[in-house]
Amino acid sequence: MSNVRVLVGTRKGAFMLTSNEKRERWDVSGPHFGGWEMYHLKGSPAEPNRLYASQSTGWFGQLIQRSDDGGQTWEPMGNEFAYEGNPGTHQWYDGTQHPWEFKRVWYLEPSPTDPETVYAGVEDAALFRSGDGGKTWQELAGLRSVKGHLWQPGAGGMCLHTIILDPSNPNRIFVAISAAGAFRSDDGGETWRPVNEGLKSGYELPDSEAEVGHCVHNIAMHRSRPEVLFMQKHWDIMRSDDAGDSWHEVSGNLPSDFGFPIAVHAHEPETIYVVPIKSDSEHYPPDGKLRVYRSRTGGNEWEALTKGLPQSNCYVNVLRSAMAVDSLDSCGIYFGTTGGQVYASADSGDTWAPIVRDLPAVMSVEVQVLS
Amino acid sequence: MIRVVLPAHLRTLARVKGKVELELEGPVTQRSILDALEAKYPMLRGTIRDHGTQQRRSFIRFFACGEDWSHESPDAPLPEAVASGTEPFLVVGALAGG
Repeated sequence: MSNVRVLVGTRKGAFMLTSNEKRERWDVSGPHFGGWEMYHLKGSPAEPNRLYASQSTGWFGQLIQRSDDGGQTWEPMGNEFAYEGNPGTHQWYDGTQHPWEFKRVWYLEPSPTDPETVYAGVEDAALFRSGDGGKTWQELAGLRSVKGHLWQPGAGGMCLHTIILDPSNPNRIFVAISAAGAFRSDDGGETWRPVNEGLKSGYELPDSEAEVGHCVHNIAMHRSRPEVLFMQKHWDIMRSDDAGDSWHEVSGNLPSDFGFPIAVHAHEPETIYVVPIKSDSEHYPPDGKLRVYRSRTGGNEWEALTKGLPQSNCYVNVLRSAMAVDSLDSCGIYFGTTGGQVYASADSGDTWAPIVRDLPAVMSVEVQVLS
Repeated sequence: MIRVVLPAHLRTLARVKGKVELELEGPVTQRSILDALEAKYPMLRGTIRDHGTQQRRSFIRFFACGEDWSHESPDAPLPEAVASGTEPFLVVGALAGG
């Protein structure tokens, strides 16, 4: 029988939620690193008991922690994230230029094949890689040369929050930055190009179809179809069938196409999930109803998933890294809220139940299936 | 023997309880204390001062003998009471809620 381990990063520590493949009874471990902001934790697909974690506070800055025993013990790794050369300036909220400053690591993406290799997406936006298990970090600085002076922070800062390593092509990497857009490298991260054609941001950018500057919130891919990408933009759900070369909108009948996370079913590449949020300033579900929306048609046609989720007076948010799917036969979906709940569905979203209800605000959710 | 008081989170990170004791040679300054501290506890590098610039992080303060030394030169000699170990050197997280 397989076990499931959910890694939860919160504003005040990390938690690990474990169950068997029935996903009915859960053990809760934590808080780990209590008092620290845990932006993201993720396990190595190549060595699942190797976990990487991003730990930070405004007082003491950034730390990277690594566990080699599934989270029982942790060791601090290297925390020096030095931009290559002089990173220069980027656009500030008011359009003026502002110096590039390292603030924190938002996202960690371990290599699918090498447990020693891990990528880090940071604020101010840059991509770093470690080839020694997190001890040292080197910037892949070619990314910033793609009009970095025109990138600008979103409300959460100028963060590189999404890293997708193409499972079929080790040289292809996708990243997304708020608010700069989506970018792709086809040479292992040395050189990059923007992949934002088709995105429209009429209320956020003077040129609504600019090459860079779009506030991309999250991107998801099914590993069997790496050419197909799904995006939750600031507003709009977008789809690309050509590895980001062009995008078209698939928001369809959603009650709001603003939101943060987007996920793809583990076994159905055309089944995708979003959590609509009312607006860019009203960061809570429309009508106080927490609804996950599922499309089984790759977008455009959406159904509300509500069983087990609060359908009145619910005003939490679901952040961009706070939704994940497991790979069990009956696909599990998990998401965490800013109100501290982590909800799980063991039946592809048909029914939901809270695993925990009262954690600190949830920033990230990842899940591992352990055989 | 120099005695250093760390904030609770940094004590946890360094896996120490109570005050940290350091042996120093030469002048006792903020820089020499922090150099010795980071040499003994390398996991603290980057948490008190920036890796590259060696500047104090903005939400960290340094107190000694009832005085705020945060804005003094890192090479200024600290009071004799600190150098002799009678009084501790305090690394403090700024009063910033949380």
